[in-house]
Amino acid sequence: MELPNCPIPTQKYDRITMAHGGGGKMTTRLIEKIFYPAFSNRWLEQAHDGATLNLPSSRIAFTTDSFVVNPLFFPGGNIGDLAVNGTVNDLLCCGATPLYLSAGFILEEGLPIDTLKKVVHSMQTAAAKAGVSIVTGDTKVVEFGKCDKLFINTAGIGIIPENIDIGLHRVVKGDAVIVTGPIGNHGVSILSTRESLGFESSIQSDTAALTQIVAKLLSGIPDIHILRDPTRGGLSSTLNEIATGAHVTIVIDEAALPIDPPVKAACDLLGLDPLYVANEGLMLIFLPNEYAEQALRIIRGEPHGENARIIGRVTDDKRAEVILELALGQTRVIDMLSGEQLPRIC
Amino acid sequence: MWYEQPFRKNENLTTLLRAIRELATFPIRIMEVCGGQTYALSRYRIEELLPDTIEMIHGPGCPVCVTPEETVARAIEIARFPGTVLCTFGDMIRVPSDEGCSLQQLKAEGKDIRILYSPLDSLKIARENPGKEVVFFAIGFETTTPVYALLLHEIIDKKIDNLTLLTSLFTIPAAVSFLAQDPECLINGLLAAGHVCSITGTETYERLARELEMPIAITGFEPADLLYGIYRVVQLKTQGRNLTVNAYRRAVPAQGNPIARLQTARYFTPYDACWRGLGTIPASGLKLRPPYEQYDARNRFCSEVKPDIRPSVCRAGEIMKGKISPLRCPLFGNRCTPDTPLGASMVSSEGTCAAFYRYKTN
Repeated sequence: MELPNCPIPTQKYDRITMAHGGGGKMTTRLIEKIFYPAFSNRWLEQAHDGATLNLPSSRIAFTTDSFVVNPLFFPGGNIGDLAVNGTVNDLLCCGATPLYLSAGFILEEGLPIDTLKKVVHSMQTAAAKAGVSIVTGDTKVVEFGKCDKLFINTAGIGIIPENIDIGLHRVVKGDAVIVTGPIGNHGVSILSTRESLGFESSIQSDTAALTQIVAKLLSGIPDIHILRDPTRGGLSSTLNEIATGAHVTIVIDEAALPIDPPVKAACDLLGLDPLYVANEGLMLIFLPNEYAEQALRIIRGEPHGENARIIGRVTDDKRAEVILELALGQTRVIDMLSGEQLPRIC
Repeated sequence: MWYEQPFRKNENLTTLLRAIRELATFPIRIMEVCGGQTYALSRYRIEELLPDTIEMIHGPGCPVCVTPEETVARAIEIARFPGTVLCTFGDMIRVPSDEGCSLQQLKAEGKDIRILYSPLDSLKIARENPGKEVVFFAIGFETTTPVYALLLHEIIDKKIDNLTLLTSLFTIPAAVSFLAQDPECLINGLLAAGHVCSITGTETYERLARELEMPIAITGFEPADLLYGIYRVVQLKTQGRNLTVNAYRRAVPAQGNPIARLQTARYFTPYDACWRGLGTIPASGLKLRPPYEQYDARNRFCSEVKPDIRPSVCRAGEIMKGKISPLRCPLFGNRCTPDTPLGASMVSSEGTCAAFYRYKTN
């Protein structure tokens, strides 16, 4: 991995100390030697208390998200790209073109500076890929044991084109439901690392900003009703939020759900239901059925969308629930996740 | 190819269902013993596919559900001790004690409670925390007990003096026999727990079938496994043959796992165990043998005083006996939900109530 050029004398200061958060010389040094070189852009380099931005439209999407993942590094990504991609995807779900992000860091005393550099570098790589700039930020240090290594908060703003109207109020009976890729990869990747379960086949997190997919969809499809990224709580929780919010019945065809065989096997082994496992590079799209095939072709032509599928439909606008149709015609209601998903034990 | 695929394949399931429908022309109540089977029946909505003549009764085979209130209270007592690390499986930390407290709440209050996937991971925790007492809250049936035997072997071999076990270990055949002979528990056949039999072997169940005068099929956990097990029980019933068949041959050899049994017998001995909701059943549990009692966390931490356990509002005992369905419990789905469980069978994903709530109700 190519890292930003950092002349900090790592022999002398190879870990974060309380002084790095003191607001004095060490803080300035950290910002100048790690954050500025990585995020390099004209807003950040104004070195002001905040970034002054001129936006091309007054219709703005604004979102924030905090990242506390453990471990910091996992197959397919790390907390840095997660923090960028998560906020970018939230903006995309509003139908916005993501433009600017802020980044707030809470560092635990003793964190290796090299770890921070790697994370910051990943953030920049992810931001460049997603077409956004990290224009303002903050760093705080807490005593050893008061946080777990490194927490990041990102907030983001994007502009929404005038003709875009996306939201729960648009979801109606007859809508098709599309998912842009296989489900459960992120959660299983984190779990396999965290619990040292050591699966033979390393399952990669799906963390990605879906900027291209959403941009192409919004320009190529005349009407999109809702976009949502099913992160924590998995697909079922997001579907339930939509069903409740829009007061509709959503029917999902179990056989159509894309699940990678290693994820399926890992879920079987750990007693997890892939429907409840977290994703970080996935989008649920509700749109009029007549555009579903066309949308599918567009998504499949983009990175992270190759395995997109139509997984269900909105069947009713009287009852708010999500129903899973099983292979032999049985149906079951899928509820929101209760507590955290716990493993079966025998 | 994904190895379980044939066991979920539509054509195979349809064939089995057709065979079951042809045979099941008379009413029959079949108990699936294991919580894993209850979970799979609910998840795949298999009961919806069965003919009306077949009624499934959900058995006692969920170790979280049958761990008595007293043991949960002991775990809480230990976790409150300064300088202890209490380790257990995920589901166990949500089980409410009699006073409404759970290990999860203690964890939130800062007590050191850790969820592990393997009991053997507690060895590392004990080594890394020499100044602390590490306790593994060891629950399970015949399938999990050999792992605790292995853990004890390591504790003794590596001379680890700060790791003990709080055991809540049960054996299936005694409980099944107890339930099947209960005059109010009208079952005509059993699906024996496949994974338990992979340790115990088939002989115990062959005897059990004769004693209970009912057919038993040793059954797996995939949809086709369950349907095949049901088919075999119905078939044996039709033929009037009260014997045990192995319908899970890919996992269960006739002799089971003699090494695992030997290790279990080395460290553990049967005793009259109390099952939550069912009461005390003779020789249905396992506890540490006298030479190893020093590794029993009860001896190291717990007071002589028995915790004051008040009668529970939970009716899981009646549910496990097949006397009532969870839907007939007045608490089900309103006061008692997976978010606010009043009994253990609403906590564990293998608990009958949790499975019903998650996959059956609107």
